[in-house]
Amino acid sequence: MSVTTDIAAAPATPAVHADGHGHVTNTGLSNEKLAMWAFLGSECLLFGALISTYFLYRGKSVSGPTPKDIYDIPYTSVSSFVLLMSSLTMVLALAAIQRGDHRRLRVWLVATALLGASFIAGQVYEFTSFIREGLTIKTNLFGSSFFVLTGFHGVHVTLGIVMLLSLWNLSLRGKLPQEKSEVVEIAGLYWHFVDVVWIVIFTVIYLIPS
Amino acid sequence: MTTVLEPTITAPVPSGDTGLLRRPTHPKGVWSWITTVDHKRIGILYGCTAFFFFLVGGFEALLIRVQLAKPNGTVLSAEVYNQVFTMHGTTMIFLVVMPMSAAFFNYLVPLQIGARDVAFPRLNAFSYWLFLFGGIFLYSSFLLGGAPDGGWFGYAPNTSITFSPGHNIDFWVFGLQLLGIASTAGAVNLIVTMLNMRAPGMTLMRMPVFTWMTLVSSFLILFAMPIITVALFLLMFDRNFGSNFFNPAAGGDPVLWQHLFWLFGHPEVYILILPSMGMVSEILPVFARKPLFGYPVIVFSGIAIGFMGWGVWVHHMFSVGLGPVAVSAFSVSTMFIAVPTGVKIFNWVATIWRGSLRFTTPMLFALGFIGMFTIGGLSGVTHSVSPHDRQQTDTYYVVAHFHYVLFGGALFGIMGGIYYWWPKVFGYLLNERLGKINFWTWLIGFNMTFAPMHILGLRGMPRRIYTYDDSLGLAALNMLATVGSFVIAFSTLVFIYNVWFSTKKQRIPAGDDPWDARTLEWATSSPPPDYNFPETPVAHGVDAFWHQKYTEDDEGRLIRIDGSAPGASPADLLIRGRSSAALAERDGDDTPGNGNGSGDRSAGDDHGSAGDGHGHGAVPTAHELGIHMPSPSYYPVLAAFSLPIISYGMLYGRSSGSHYAVAVFGAVTLFASLYAWGMEPSAEPEDPEEHHSTSGHDDVPVLVGGGQAALEAGNGSATGNGAPDPAGEGASASAGAADTSEVVPPAVATDAGTPSTADAGTPSTADAGTPSTADDMATPATDEAPTPAADEGGEAEAAPPAGDEDTGPSGSSTDDKGA
Amino acid sequence: MSSRAAEQTEHLEQASDHDAHAGHPTEAQYIKIAVILATITAVEVGLYYTSFSTVATNATLIVLAGVKFVIVAAYFMHLKFDNKILRRLFITGFVLASFCYIAYLLTLGVFQ
Repeated sequence: MSVTTDIAAAPATPAVHADGHGHVTNTGLSNEKLAMWAFLGSECLLFGALISTYFLYRGKSVSGPTPKDIYDIPYTSVSSFVLLMSSLTMVLALAAIQRGDHRRLRVWLVATALLGASFIAGQVYEFTSFIREGLTIKTNLFGSSFFVLTGFHGVHVTLGIVMLLSLWNLSLRGKLPQEKSEVVEIAGLYWHFVDVVWIVIFTVIYLIPS
Repeated sequence: MTTVLEPTITAPVPSGDTGLLRRPTHPKGVWSWITTVDHKRIGILYGCTAFFFFLVGGFEALLIRVQLAKPNGTVLSAEVYNQVFTMHGTTMIFLVVMPMSAAFFNYLVPLQIGARDVAFPRLNAFSYWLFLFGGIFLYSSFLLGGAPDGGWFGYAPNTSITFSPGHNIDFWVFGLQLLGIASTAGAVNLIVTMLNMRAPGMTLMRMPVFTWMTLVSSFLILFAMPIITVALFLLMFDRNFGSNFFNPAAGGDPVLWQHLFWLFGHPEVYILILPSMGMVSEILPVFARKPLFGYPVIVFSGIAIGFMGWGVWVHHMFSVGLGPVAVSAFSVSTMFIAVPTGVKIFNWVATIWRGSLRFTTPMLFALGFIGMFTIGGLSGVTHSVSPHDRQQTDTYYVVAHFHYVLFGGALFGIMGGIYYWWPKVFGYLLNERLGKINFWTWLIGFNMTFAPMHILGLRGMPRRIYTYDDSLGLAALNMLATVGSFVIAFSTLVFIYNVWFSTKKQRIPAGDDPWDARTLEWATSSPPPDYNFPETPVAHGVDAFWHQKYTEDDEGRLIRIDGSAPGASPADLLIRGRSSAALAERDGDDTPGNGNGSGDRSAGDDHGSAGDGHGHGAVPTAHELGIHMPSPSYYPVLAAFSLPIISYGMLYGRSSGSHYAVAVFGAVTLFASLYAWGMEPSAEPEDPEEHHSTSGHDDVPVLVGGGQAALEAGNGSATGNGAPDPAGEGASASAGAADTSEVVPPAVATDAGTPSTADAGTPSTADAGTPSTADDMATPATDEAPTPAADEGGEAEAAPPAGDEDTGPSGSSTDDKGA
Repeated sequence: MSSRAAEQTEHLEQASDHDAHAGHPTEAQYIKIAVILATITAVEVGLYYTSFSTVATNATLIVLAGVKFVIVAAYFMHLKFDNKILRRLFITGFVLASFCYIAYLLTLGVFQ
């Protein structure tokens, strides 16, 4: 049996060193994990550009509605809380696979995906109610920058849900053994990052009054 | 270490299980190129495509020059002129210089760091195909209603629906978006490759300067691309969905576009120039026969440029009216960034100072680079003086400046790189005489074209005008520039003729190391086999390959370790390749597998029929050596193909909502191909039947992607030093390991004490008769180290544990073993 | 260049990094962290409804968001325990983003 130190095939190296501290690579990190972090570093610039655009246009709309008119802070606080808690279920999923508890892994993966889905459902509801109240992407600068920023975030969450469900599916088919726990960790990194972005958005966009 | 060997890792997965399509297995022909994941083939694809776009962009430049040759030109209408200059700029930046650099990154980086491939071979293929399709997408605009016409910077609000209702700008928006995705994916891939997959001993501060500049430039791509992505998305929302980001009527600020664009655009300038700086830093020491002067300083200057490049973008916006504070601050930072650049120039000059120079074509281009880039850099410094800049903004002075940097800099470097690495890539040399004609016409044509533009600009000729009046007195210099542009065109034809001539008429086999070079890519054959190195090389210092070839005698004179004459004359080298006679004498008898001098021992390699008929069949394949390489795949090209479909859907969705269905279709195919991609293993498991029939091979570490096992072994023996080391065990599984490690050390020892791996003259693999892999090699190598050749003062001590001693992270391996 | 010394320090730090790795949070700790995050969120929302000076409130809100950010990155994303190079990568992206975007907002007079 060959020893595959196949860093090119996605999950192989994590399997070799489930804790990511092998010495197969120069850094001791798997290529996938390093790549994910590089990508997340890049994403900082992406969301930064969107958030700064929102900031630039705060209070510059020439017509209403304004944030004060339509934000529903209690509602958004609840959905923010939901997303925050999905990060907890995500780490619990990782902890489960790391100790080989595949049933729990699947439970927490589905829980995370469901929490994410509730967040998205909440966002869809928020968007439609804003539109009903007369704020669309075309209405004013607030509408443009709000919908594009939160929409971008929503797309990221949706992709994260797809990833989580794919992992759940893999695990069901028995293709996600304990040695490949790093796959869950990497998906988790993405998920937490999306959560972290929302922490910033929630404060900067919703809570700080304009 | 003991928990390492989980059978699940390599459990053979039946191919049919993995997805939509059967795994491609084309060894040759068009499909082998379409499905390839080999970094070398992808590099060649990048190079050829980028060269094609260079011809297209050059043709556009000629159109511009013909139009401007005389006052009141009538060759192009104003409308077409706008499209032509926009596409010229966009093409040259995104479809020529960036992918041309990517060609060198792809081809050279794994070779220079001693890896077998990049970290994610399929992602690499995806990047290339997306670049190609993105380019085709952009150019399809000419057939579909008109090309982009807003300049390569696409300033708002000119690009809004109000002022540009056609699809021209849409093509630019989506085309650049596609190219951005391709570049970002490529950058992530290369960063991971360089940080994670270096050969044993190849610490960061031993990496060749070209690799270093690739690293810096990849980081710039990684962090700059998302900014333009957002800017393009905002513009797309404005155009497709009626948002107001750049709409002044609704309070939108067009300066936002300028900020986002130049926040990307200035780092982009360094993305374009740093790779060429890296190439020049490789070429100069080889042809000056001196080490690069101040290697660490050059590296740190490159890093400094990378960082400072983020703090100067406002100098593109001095005339916007951002106020005295902003302008002064960015004025100062712009002056400062000239410092690391200047440091590099002085380092290059010091490198050639008192060297024994060989004025080969690559050297001429490198020297041309220094001269022309310095002129461009100096005129750049004049821009940092904001009152001066105010005068120059939007004049031909700026055009002159950035052509001196991008043509005189980036393209001179790239041409030098092409001449320098051509023999490595294709196995034969380009004709020197034609090369020199190429260089001199290139240099003269370039200066004739762009030097007059300084004066034209200072006399007030604005950029982007499609015609001018005779009374302005600009006619003579414009005519001179136009004549110059045709000299460049002639020079390009000379280059093409040279390629044809050297391929078909007078093919001079290059041998492995025609220039007597210093870096590891020259240690393997030309062209390299698909697995790059039969054994993973070990680096003992900067210029790793040089120290495998040379040592010093008692009086400090340079002597070749293999005993041949040091520094054969350029003529010699050019005609005979790397002293092939000597090589033939030395190892021609018993090692049919190593047809070194004559060029070709590439296994499974058929690019451009580069192999000249020598040694085919005798070359060990990856399989024979027990090296497990990544398998080709359909999914990268499929995924890349889905993205332009989405783009066309989005683009035409603006005129009719039903077209968004096309985008949805594209998204579905994208998702399907990505999913199948994810389920497909990077490397198809070897057929177990066959495996057992070739005895011993199944115990050999599988080295997909880049000599990981070698690294492990290297590290292991470094710390365990001679003692039965746990890492070695881990790397090579079971019984077979013991066998090979007993067989190989003597074989290596015959190489005159060189621990060097694939030194051109080292027949270690084939004649050892073992399917030796890197760990066999690495073990004796580190045991014997420090070798005299590798010593560079204190460096020698650092050599053995080098794999561990990296900039930090890899140190963890030592801890593991301690535990 | 005192690279030797630097490498040695790196080594030592590396070792301590590695030891820290052993102290990956347990599930109970993860839950505690989540409780802390939830509490901070509650405080944030509460602050929103207070009528203190907006400058102080805004500053506090930003600090609290920063704390949540760091907690999630350090514990849930394991940056505190993981290889230094990952921290550097992410911090580079974050600092670069902050620097560039704040600088351009400044030139446009947003914070005045």
